[in-house]
This record gives sequence, structure tokens and C-alpha cells, in this order.
Amino acid sequence: MDHDHYADNYIRDLLDEVKTIAVVGASANAARPSFFVVRYLAQKGYDVYPVNPGHAGKQIAGCMTYASLGAVPVAIDMVDIFRNSEAALGVVQDALALQPLPKAIWMQLGVRNDEAAALAQEHGIKIVMNRCPKIEFGRLSGEIGWVGVNSRVLSSKRATLHGKGFQQLGLASRRDKP
Amino acid sequence: MTSDHQPGFSTLAIHAGAQPDPTTGARVTPIYQSTGFVFDDVEHAAALFGLQSFGNIYTRIGNPTQAVLEERVAALEGGTACLAVASGHAAQLIVFHTLMEPGDEFIAARQLYGGSVNQFTHSFKKFGWTAKFVDMDDISAFEKAVTPRTKAIFIESLANPGGRVSDIAAIAAVAKRAGVPLIVDNTMATPYLCRPIEHGANIVVHSLTKFMGGHGNSLGGAIVDAGNFDWSREGRYPALCEPRPDYSGMVLHETFGNFAFAIACRVLGLRDLGPCISPFNAFQILTGIETLPLRMQRHCDNALKVANYLSQHGEVEWVNYAGLPGDRHHGLAQTYLPKGAGAVFTFGVKGGYEAGVAVVSNVKLFSHLANIGDTRSLIIHPASTTHRQLSDAAKKSAGAGPEVIRLSVGIEDADDLIADLAQALAVAAKA
Ligand SMILES: Cc1ncc(COP(=O)(O)O)c(C=O)c1O
Repeated sequence: MDHDHYADNYIRDLLDEVKTIAVVGASANAARPSFFVVRYLAQKGYDVYPVNPGHAGKQIAGCMTYASLGAVPVAIDMVDIFRNSEAALGVVQDALALQPLPKAIWMQLGVRNDEAAALAQEHGIKIVMNRCPKIEFGRLSGEIGWVGVNSRVLSSKRATLHGKGFQQLGLASRRDKP
Repeated sequence: MTSDHQPGFSTLAIHAGAQPDPTTGARVTPIYQSTGFVFDDVEHAAALFGLQSFGNIYTRIGNPTQAVLEERVAALEGGTACLAVASGHAAQLIVFHTLMEPGDEFIAARQLYGGSVNQFTHSFKKFGWTAKFVDMDDISAFEKAVTPRTKAIFIESLANPGGRVSDIAAIAAVAKRAGVPLIVDNTMATPYLCRPIEHGANIVVHSLTKFMGGHGNSLGGAIVDAGNFDWSREGRYPALCEPRPDYSGMVLHETFGNFAFAIACRVLGLRDLGPCISPFNAFQILTGIETLPLRMQRHCDNALKVANYLSQHGEVEWVNYAGLPGDRHHGLAQTYLPKGAGAVFTFGVKGGYEAGVAVVSNVKLFSHLANIGDTRSLIIHPASTTHRQLSDAAKKSAGAGPEVIRLSVGIEDADDLIADLAQALAVAAKA
């Protein structure tokens, strides 16, 4: 698998499929990118579980925080890693101890560990590295164009509203195949 | 279309950024002529103000019609993001406001649109910013002008009005060594003819007023972020690398990665300085861009025919058009502008000032006015208009000598344009 380029449909399917997301290394500081991601994903309807031992038992952007992946009380569909590239291997090892296994492991922009990725893929887990789920959701839904960012997606299909608001787009319409 | 297929330029010019409206199904991007946008709830409002969600707040910061224009220009230039603003000058102001602190310097080519030279020389002085001008053809002069206070290099890909071509890659190499971004004004070339980012530019600016909109009906400007500059260097670009007190300590380059510059221009520069584009103008320019590839090719083809005609005319002393084989910028034009050397150029008429005035007074199809990049052909005699206030020596060095006439060749029938110039030159010769 080429980890420099992911097909839009691969990412879209993955973001469609997962419902519960653990964010390892989430910060309680509202100015940090990891806080943004927790808040944004929660707003998009995902059940988000920040993992941060220093903040366990308290909330980050309205989501209850846990000390470790193993402490999260529900089955985790996706693990989002906000740690440095070397630390990603340890997080993947922790994820492989989960029952059931997560469907996907996502490493944030700037985080890439090919050894960790290969290990997870041996267990049938989908991998995304060096990407941000907030940016990808924004790009594939079209929302990111609202701040002038090039989504690199063309579509003649009507954008789909998402959730209860007007200023929320979903992933459905910009799919290549129906 | 599969996600791995890369769409071509003409397809992007029509589709990039635009999708049928989610509530009405409107296929053409609507003019969202609204100052404000309702929040879904308090939580949503807080996320928008904290820059944690994408969305619309107030048209001074962003507007859905403007956003489509931005994504389209970013796609055409091959950038990561774009900010559209009220005019080309507003784009330049916001770019420098984001990069510079009082006491800082930047290096600019001497051969620029005269309005830009004015802006840099006079208005920027009040902010404590110094522009150092160097000859665009002298790469070593750029190198020599670099000091520890240098924050950027600014050039035009195709310079207005001389029709001269910058060696973008060579100047980009100087900028890279100096650790500063190269800003390229791509107004005269448009991304159809030249995509400066592919040659190493870090920021592209536009007057969308010209060929991009293309119909002489709307002012607009754009800032494109190439996403290829490292803003993290300690203390260099405080707007990007230091915690923002107005956004609870956020560091913009950390949070927005390869589109941080475009975001900084919007949430600091545009928010505080205020020159936003009107949604109506954004709509007009978007419509114009849909035909950019067709128009631009026709502009260039017509310009080459007109330049060829003039270069053989007995009443014409010289023609400065990089599309002509003998021109001193022809080689660079072939490298950077293989599809055509643009449609704005100057020529010198025999008989000096009086002959120049006679030509612009006697054209019947060319319009005598101070703009470029319209469907209509335009003509101006700089010595009697835009450069009137300058001394004779200053006129000459600005390329606005008494005999100089500037054309912006439109997309009418080339034969008609040639016939119009022929009759005007004949009248001028008799005068
Ligand atoms: C090359 C160039 N840059 C910038 C500008 C300024 O643009 P605006 O008039 O949209 O402010 C112009 C206008 O003539 C121009 O020709």
C-alpha cells in the first residue's frame, strides 16, 4: 500500500464506517490542534474518547477522557494517534491488545511509522498516516472550501447537509460511485 | 470520475470549488448577498469563532460565493488555499501585513505595475516597511539586496506594462537561500499561461480585475498559498509562528499546516484591515474564470498578430512583446509562457508625444482607458495619462517615454484590431 497517496474513496469509506474514535494524545488546551480534532469529530456525530492519562476523568471538548486505550468502556472503531512518530508503535501495540480490534488506525499530520503500520495491517486494520481526519472530513464533504482551501474534489452532485444544522455537510454526495 | 484521475485546467476552471447548492439545487453558484450567517447553535458559534470548525460568520471574513472563487483560484494555481479580497492592491497589502513587522524590508523587481510601485514606495512607508527595488533581469542584484531584515521577494511573472518575463525559478532559488517566501503577481499571465508555484513560488497574488474576471466589470484580488514554505522558524514570521492572543494562544502554522498562510491572511489581515470582496463581484469573476482558457488563448493569439503587424509598420519605432522571436525576453517566454506571452505590451510610435496622443485619439475600436485584461481591446498613452506627473527622465526610466503606447489586446477579430490601428497610425503620421 502506498502511504504517500490515499484514494479519496479509501478515506471516505473509512470515515463512513467508523462510529467510535479514540484520540490518543488529545490535549485539554483549546488552542491545540488535537483539541480541534476532538471537537470537530464530536460535532460530526462521532463518539469521541480522548485518551490522556494526565486528564483522565475530566472532559475535553465535552468528551470524557480516559487514561489508556484499554480503559475506554466501548469498542473502539478507530484510534487516532496524536503522538510523535516513534511513539506511534507503542500506541499500535496497545491497540492490538483491544478486544475487539479497531477497524482503523489513523496517524495525524506529521506522524508516520511504517513499522507500526505494517504491524496493524497484518491484523487486517486499515491504516492512514500523516493526515488529519478533520481536514479530510472537511475536504471530502466540501466544508473546507468555506475557508478557501483547495479540496481537490470535483462533483456535480448536490452537497448533502449533515446533522441538524445548515452549516454542516456530510460525506455522502461526493462519492465516486453510488 | 475516479479520485485518482487528475482533471485538466479547463475542467477545473468550470468546476473547482462549485457544487450544486445543498438546499435549492441551484447549479450555478448563487450570489449569497448576505452580511451574516445564522449559527446552528451556541456551541457551533463558539467553534466557528475559535477557528475549530469550517463555516460562515460574517462576510468581512468569508462568504459562500467568495469561497467558491477562492477554491477555484487555488485549484487553477495548484495551491493549497486561497483568499479572495476586494482588489489586487488589497491582496498585496494583506500579504505584506501578514509577513512584515515595522522596520522590515522586502525586495521587489523594479519592473512592476506602476500602482504597485506607488503602494510599496509611499503607502508601505507609513507601516515602517521598506521596499528595495532591483532590476528584474539581474538575479545577482536580488541576491545582493538580501539583509537580515528581508522578509520576502516580490516579482510579476509577466511584468506590466513592459511585457517582460521574470526568471521565476532563478529568483525562487535566491528566495530559498535567503529563507524568505517568493511572492509572484500572476495577474498578467494568469495560471492558464504560467503556474508560478511549479517554478518555486511560495505565494501567488492576483488582481482578479484583469484577465481572470476578464470582462472589465468587477474589481477583485486573490492571495494563493502554495503550502510549500516552512513558517516555523523562531521569531521570523510572528503572525504564523507565535501564539495568537486573539485566538487563545493558537499558533497558526501548527494548527493549519500547509494552508496556514491563507488562514492567517483571512483571520488576521482581512478580519482587521477589512477589504473584503463583494459577493456580486465574486460571482462575476467566477463566471469570467469559466472561460479563462478560451479567452486567454485568443488574447495571446490576437496579441501576437497585432504585435507582428506593428513590428513591420513604417510608423512604429519598436515593439516590446516577448512573443516576438527577436524580443530579448523571448527565450524566457518560451520557458515560462509556452502557450503565449500574454496580451499586454508596449510599442513606440514615430513622432513622439504628439504622435502618441494622435494614435489614442483616433482609434475607433480600441478604448482609451486605464485598465487591462478586458474582452475589449484597450489603449493608453502613459506619458499623457498615468505617468503624466513624472519628469521626462522619470517617464523614460519607467518605460513611459513620450512615444510609448500600451495595448491590452482583446478577443475581437484580429483583422479589425489591425485595421483600427492602421487607420489611427495613418492619421498620426499626417499630423
Ligand atoms: C500586474 C498588476 N498587479 C496589481 C494590480 C492592482 O490590481 P487592482 O487594480 O485590482 O487593485 C494591477 C492593476 O492594474 C496590475 O496590472
